[in-house]
Formats: sequence, C-alpha cells, structure tokens
Amino acid sequence: MNMMERAGPIVLPLALLIFWELACETFDIPPFVLPSPSMVAVALYNNAFVIWFHSSQTLYTTVVGFAVAVAFGTFLGILVGSSRLAYTSLYPMLVGFNSVPKVAIVPILVVWFGIGTVPAIVTAFMLSFFPIAVNVATGLATIEPDLRDVLRSLGASQLDIVRKIGIPRSMPYLFASLKISITLAFVGSVISETLASNRGIGTLMTQASANFNIPLVFAGLVVIALMGIIMYMMFAFVEKRMTGWATRGATFGIGG
Amino acid sequence: MKNLVELIDVSLSYGKTLAVSNLNMKVPEGSFAAVVGPSGCGKSSLMKLVTGLMPATTGAVVVDGHEISGPVSIVGMAFQNPNLLPWRTTLENVMLPLEVVRPERHQLRAKKKEFTERAMDLLRIVGLESFANHYPWQLSGGMQQRASLCRSLIHQPRLLMLDEPFGALDAFTREELWDVLQTIWLERRFTAILVTHDLREALYLADDVHVMSNRPGCVARTVNTGAFSRPRGEQTFIDPAFNENVMELRADIRAQRMPIEMAATGAPTTPARAAR
Repeated sequence: MNMMERAGPIVLPLALLIFWELACETFDIPPFVLPSPSMVAVALYNNAFVIWFHSSQTLYTTVVGFAVAVAFGTFLGILVGSSRLAYTSLYPMLVGFNSVPKVAIVPILVVWFGIGTVPAIVTAFMLSFFPIAVNVATGLATIEPDLRDVLRSLGASQLDIVRKIGIPRSMPYLFASLKISITLAFVGSVISETLASNRGIGTLMTQASANFNIPLVFAGLVVIALMGIIMYMMFAFVEKRMTGWATRGATFGIGG
Repeated sequence: MKNLVELIDVSLSYGKTLAVSNLNMKVPEGSFAAVVGPSGCGKSSLMKLVTGLMPATTGAVVVDGHEISGPVSIVGMAFQNPNLLPWRTTLENVMLPLEVVRPERHQLRAKKKEFTERAMDLLRIVGLESFANHYPWQLSGGMQQRASLCRSLIHQPRLLMLDEPFGALDAFTREELWDVLQTIWLERRFTAILVTHDLREALYLADDVHVMSNRPGCVARTVNTGAFSRPRGEQTFIDPAFNENVMELRADIRAQRMPIEMAATGAPTTPARAAR
C-alpha cells in the first residue's frame, strides 16, 4: 500500500504518456493535430536554449508578481479579517474586482506600461492575490469566541488578539492559498505574454502555433506545468515545516 | 467578609430578548460560588456581565468596590472548550495571559525565569509538569482542561470565572478535576464563580450554590454548603445530607423549567431529563 502510494505520482503519468504515444501511433494522428510525447520531448531537446530564454522570463514575472501578491494579499487579509469596518467596506469591491476577467485588463496594462515585463507581473499579481486575502481573512475571522473572551477579559486590544492568535492561526490558511495562488500566477503571466510580449513562454507558444510547430507549443505547456509543480512542491514543503501543528489529528491524545 | 462581586438589580437584554432581569448576587472575597439553573437561564450572560465583556442593560455590576464599565483585568476565565493554541506547547499556552495582561506584559523579558517557575508550579499542582513541552494534540481532553485551568490562573487573578469547565469530560476525569480545582483553591483562596449544569459538582466545590430561575434569569434560591467540611472528598459523596441537597436542588430546577415545554410534550418530566 505504502509502496504503491509512493510510486503512484510517477507510475500514473508514465502510463498516461505510454497510452498517448501508442494512441498517436495506432491512429496515425498528424503531429500538427496532436504530437506524440516523444515528439514533444524531441522538440524540448532541440529548442532547449530558446525554451530557457523564454521560460526564465516567465518564471521571473510570475515570481515577482506572486511575491507582491503575497505581501499585498496578506496585508489585505489581515485588514479585512480583523476589522468589521474594513470587511464591510472592502469585500464587495474585492469580489467585484475578482470577477473581472483579467484577460480584458491586459490591453489596458499595455497602454499604461507598454508590452513586456510589467503587464505580465501585474497580471500575475492580480490573479493571485485574491485567494491569499480571502484565506488569511478567514483564518482571522474564525477565532473561537471563547478564546477571544479570555484575552479580552485580560485587557487585550484587538491588535493583541490579531498578533497572538489571529496571525499564527491563519498560517495554515495562508499556505493553503499560496499553493493555489502560485499556479494562478503562472496563468496570469502566460496570459499576458500570449497577448502582449516578445519574451516568455506565452510568446513562444503563440509564435510556435502561428508556425504550425505544434510539438513546440506542447513543449511550452510541459515547461509551464513543470514550473508549476516545482513551485507547488516548494510551498508544500515550507508549509509542512511551518504549520505541522495544523495537519496533525486534533483528537489524537496520550495519557488518561 | 467584603464582597468581591456584587450584582444589584441587573438586567441584560439582547435586542428584544431579556436574558436576565432583577439579578441580585453577592460573592464574598475568597469564597467559591456556583451558579446552576435550567438551560437557557442566562448563566453565560452572567459570565459576560461579571467579567465586564458585556455591559448591564440596567442595574449595576460591582467588582472590587467599583461599578464596572469594561473588562476587569483581575479575572481569569476557563470554558468547556479548553481552547489551547495548537502551535504552542503546554507551557507556552499557560503563559499566554502574561503576554497580554498589565503590568506583566512589560516585564516578560526581565522576569522570564520567575514567570516560567510560576507556570511550572501550577502545572505541578495539576500533575502536568512532565507535559510542559508537549503540544495540545498530544494531551487527552482532561489534560487539556487542566492546562486551560492553569492558563486561567497564571496571572494570579483575584476572580476565577469557570463556564462549565468540566462539561465535556467523562465522569471519572471530571471528579478527578474537581479535586484538582479544590486543591488549587484551598491553596490560593481566590474568589471563584463556577457556572455548571452538574448539581453534585456545584455542591461539592462551592460555598454557596445559586439557583437561577428560568429566563429572564434571576437568583431563585441560594444554598449554603458550609455543613460539609473541607477538604471534601469521598466521604462527602456518601454523606446523606449531601445527597439530600442534590435532590432538593434538582427539584428546584425542575420547578424552574419552562411550563410551555411540559405542556407541549404532554408527558410527565423524568428526573433524568430534569438534571444531568
């Protein structure tokens, strides 16, 4: 059981790749419709430098946009989660903003900042800060009323309660949101690159598909997916180290 | 003896609902008071009133000679849910109030050793000293409640407010903790107010048991337990007078239950339902 659990993440994708490869071969699917995994691998290898040139840009804009989102989202979450006034006045606006398709904003960003790095960073930021803010706010807003009373009866200020309980308590929520947000940040920067940039995986894929170089498009997809997985795993690791207390069974106990 | 807590004609309403009205109660300094009553009689409101977390709608709440208008920092509180912080060890949890209450919060660094010793002393009394560096998830429910009790006492409050602190525990653990609480109280002699559903618990621990009426709550009767010598133990439970008192309190509370409820069910109330 344990062995299978450990092998699962490797075996299942491998099986899928083999199925894909065999399907392409059996049904003789033309490469410009669906390239086989081996062709994608060859495209990856042959264009390694070009892909590196573009993917490093994507990684850069994503990480910068995401870092700003973490700082801003955490701040906003603490504000909204700890003050009723901030909650009632900010929340409707935030929900409204989050409902706007970010693709529609990219052209405006291009008008403001020109094509290239800045719109990609801003799009990555806009897409990824919302889950962070909402999660941190939830962690703060769901402090047990009894615990709040214990501290308030000692003369604690709202700031004391947020510092001593709210922020540590919202850490698991923060990390859960980081794992969602980092993948959204990739979506944001690639959208922006696809629409308006001359560097980045998004640009590479747009150019490749214009040239009917579908294997290269798929190679781009693979690189984005890999970067997403690596970032996700990094945060999962940090989460485990920092908030191990939250993932343990609450009812587990020793002694009488 | 001087009264540490005095409620004078207090009423409290939430919107249109009157939770307590004409509530009068005196708790002498250093005594142990228990409050029992039918469910929904406003016992929790009493907690909020005395700690100053909620202002009285009318009447006066006098604590330590002053009519209060906000949280009074001479209080320690413990609830049915231990509410320990899962990212802190037992010791760190116990020391939490010291990081908040004045003047201790400004002396944390200077008196760290003294404060830690104070916490360890309390943990020793409740039998948790070997679990000081364990996390709450490593403790059983009873142990968590002991830690919660220590947390409510660490800043040496003059008034301890307990809201059904043993309500969620099994019978054996509960009775064990009664003795733990009695031991601490006999040693430190703070004033305590215990809100509970358990009549034996109330009689066993308190000097005065206040029976509250149905909503809007007020004190219907006060029973003094001076007849049972301290420290109380096994012999108290088998004292016929003790059991007689339990039966009387039970009858009191049954009499206080909502008549509408009885009419609605149409069935005679069983003693088991009247008091747990």
